[in-house]
Amino acid sequence: MLSRRNPQLNNHGELIHLLSIEGLPRAILTQILDTAGTFLSVNDREVKKVPLLRGKSVFNLFFENSTRTRTTFEIAAKRLSADVINLDINRSSTAKGESLLDTIANLSAMHADMFIVRHAQSGAPYLISQHVAPHVRVINAGDGRHAHPTQGLLDMYTIRHFKKDFTQLSVAVVGDIVHSRVARSDIHALTILGVPDIRAVGPKTLVPADLAQMGVRVCHQMNEGIRDADVIIMLRLQNERMSGAMLPSAAEFFKSYGLSLEKLALAKPDAIVMHPGPINRGVEIESSVADGSHSVILPQVTFGIAVRMAVMSTIAGNSAGNTASHSSGSTA
Amino acid sequence: MKVLIRNGRVVDPASRHDALADVAIAGDRIVAIGAVGSLGDFTPERDIDARGLVVAPGLVDLAARLREPGHEHEGMLESELGAAAAGGVTSLVCPPDTDPVLDEPGLVEMLKFRARKLSRCRLFPLGALTRGLQGQTLTEMAELSEAGCIGFSQAEVPISDTLVLMRALQYAATFGYTVWLRPQDPWLGQGVAAQGAVATRLGLTGVPAVAETVALHTVFDLVRATGARVHLCRLSSAAGVALLRAAKAEGLPVTGDVSINSLHLTDVDIGYFNADMRLNPPLRQGADREALRQGLADGTLDALVSDHNPVADDMKTLPFGEAEPGATGLELLLSLALRWGQDMGLPLGQTLSRVSSGPVQVLGTAMASLAHSAGQLKVGGVADLCLFDPEASWSVTPHALTSQGKHTPFAFASTGMQMLGRVQMTWVAGTVAYECPLRTA
Repeated sequence: MLSRRNPQLNNHGELIHLLSIEGLPRAILTQILDTAGTFLSVNDREVKKVPLLRGKSVFNLFFENSTRTRTTFEIAAKRLSADVINLDINRSSTAKGESLLDTIANLSAMHADMFIVRHAQSGAPYLISQHVAPHVRVINAGDGRHAHPTQGLLDMYTIRHFKKDFTQLSVAVVGDIVHSRVARSDIHALTILGVPDIRAVGPKTLVPADLAQMGVRVCHQMNEGIRDADVIIMLRLQNERMSGAMLPSAAEFFKSYGLSLEKLALAKPDAIVMHPGPINRGVEIESSVADGSHSVILPQVTFGIAVRMAVMSTIAGNSAGNTASHSSGSTA
Repeated sequence: MKVLIRNGRVVDPASRHDALADVAIAGDRIVAIGAVGSLGDFTPERDIDARGLVVAPGLVDLAARLREPGHEHEGMLESELGAAAAGGVTSLVCPPDTDPVLDEPGLVEMLKFRARKLSRCRLFPLGALTRGLQGQTLTEMAELSEAGCIGFSQAEVPISDTLVLMRALQYAATFGYTVWLRPQDPWLGQGVAAQGAVATRLGLTGVPAVAETVALHTVFDLVRATGARVHLCRLSSAAGVALLRAAKAEGLPVTGDVSINSLHLTDVDIGYFNADMRLNPPLRQGADREALRQGLADGTLDALVSDHNPVADDMKTLPFGEAEPGATGLELLLSLALRWGQDMGLPLGQTLSRVSSGPVQVLGTAMASLAHSAGQLKVGGVADLCLFDPEASWSVTPHALTSQGKHTPFAFASTGMQMLGRVQMTWVAGTVAYECPLRTA
């Protein structure tokens, strides 16, 4: 029972790590979105810096390749005046013998204050958060298929920016949901923020029936899935899944589930189209849609920096509190 | 040595005898069982007052890995047979997936010899069904059987070539050897948790229940075709239990077991990626657990096994999907059998039969002369016994376990579960294999 306590929260229910959106109270999400709003203006200033993380060392620890997410975290940390250290740890170096926790122990010895972690294994940031010193903070920058909470939050920021009220919306999440950490984080966030109609759209190989238990309506037909939607979130289809046992070809996927202007006409006239990037033009989305008036794909990127600044400053400002039960429940 | 165990509640699961009695042991045999005070002629060298304790046959565990040879850093014969004795287990079956694999008679003889020298627990190794468990070439089953193998198994490595599987069953059937298979389709079985809402939510690759049922259908068809006797290891799904029930009703020569893990836990217990819940087969849903509990009660499943598999810390302090599957279990088998029996409202004899006489029936003639006396209490039978306090309530502190493996999903910190019943003494062939240091009697 001890280990069942949400490991992201301290004894006062404050956020000390961001590992997943699942299980977070609405107030915490709203507070982060509000804080992000105040940071947006920082990004427009001539001197784009605030001193909230001055003297802190933020380690970007990417066990999986990423340019975009790593860069936005780096920019966010620098705008908060932190020192940023980027480490690209490809799988071959861990294969040489150093275990994940050994890597963490070594970096902790260099006085890291915050780890931004991307890892191919679902749950890896949980393991790390259980083995760092009490003052060290962990942010999940994407773990396996499990979660990508800052992407989820920036998606919520984008939706709130354009749609204001979550409680009247129909949101369609389209594409490779089974392999998508973005989809899971979006679904948790939308549910917590009170969106009444969430649809998961895609073929049965990519949209498992179990998803219904996360509070979504599973739709295997694109027309049904996006009809009258206010928000359409298109997911990236990974190259290795474009042909094989999951899907026969990218072309056939586009025909059935790719977002074209014609299909977009089924959604609400003022619908917005989102995508976590990088986009595959002509696979999940047509260029005329990606570059069209409904697309908010580039604002998502801009908001992403403010949201990541908000997350970092929030968790750095909360103290670990008494974590005795937390560490005893997780020791190996 | 001559031993008199007085005033205990003597429970023989085979005959369903359950009464206060005295038990006399001389040499490696039980020489008398009689009403309390009736064995006055017997002059023991050791006199044990077992008031308040249950005297039961030593437990028989059909699945326990000792990790030797090859994984001595995770477990050794001495530590793991010590754990067996501390758990009241007097006979255990170990699978062949050691390093090297048990596919050579010399290895089997060495293992049996070393276990005998420790005299903590009887060891019944399973030989590899195919060389190196590679699913291509049959092993020398007759030679291995002579060296002491009680059956043949692929451990955790399913044979993907069904022609090889059929030939292996035909060959084993020729000599009457039992083939032990964990039913799992090699392709559908690729995953780290049971398919379902939990795995989907956590983003863990799922093993669907059809991975088990597809394999069971194949095995049952091949049993029909070859007449081979098959023991199905560690069923995990409600659908699997239903298929086994139907196969037994049809009269197929098949038996089955379930692990303590699947009997008590579900995928929800994975919580926040707790690697101690990384197990093979994976923990499934509540309905599966209920079907397994029912199947064990009605005899569809013949035995409850510890599925003991000590895993080193290094292999568990990894992300869930990379962690090594397995948990220590020998010392929890009795308590978790008793918990299940209590939950199901079963008489103690019936509960204990699933960890004593039931598994002995699965082993059958492969146990040679022991087939008629292990797992039961009878005059003239072998003195493999376990004495336990049926009321003791305790919680699992992993570092207090005898086993070298300190990872168990039943750690109090993980599940908050209370254990029921605690072993006080264990005898193997009339010799004390374990005595609880805190014993007051």
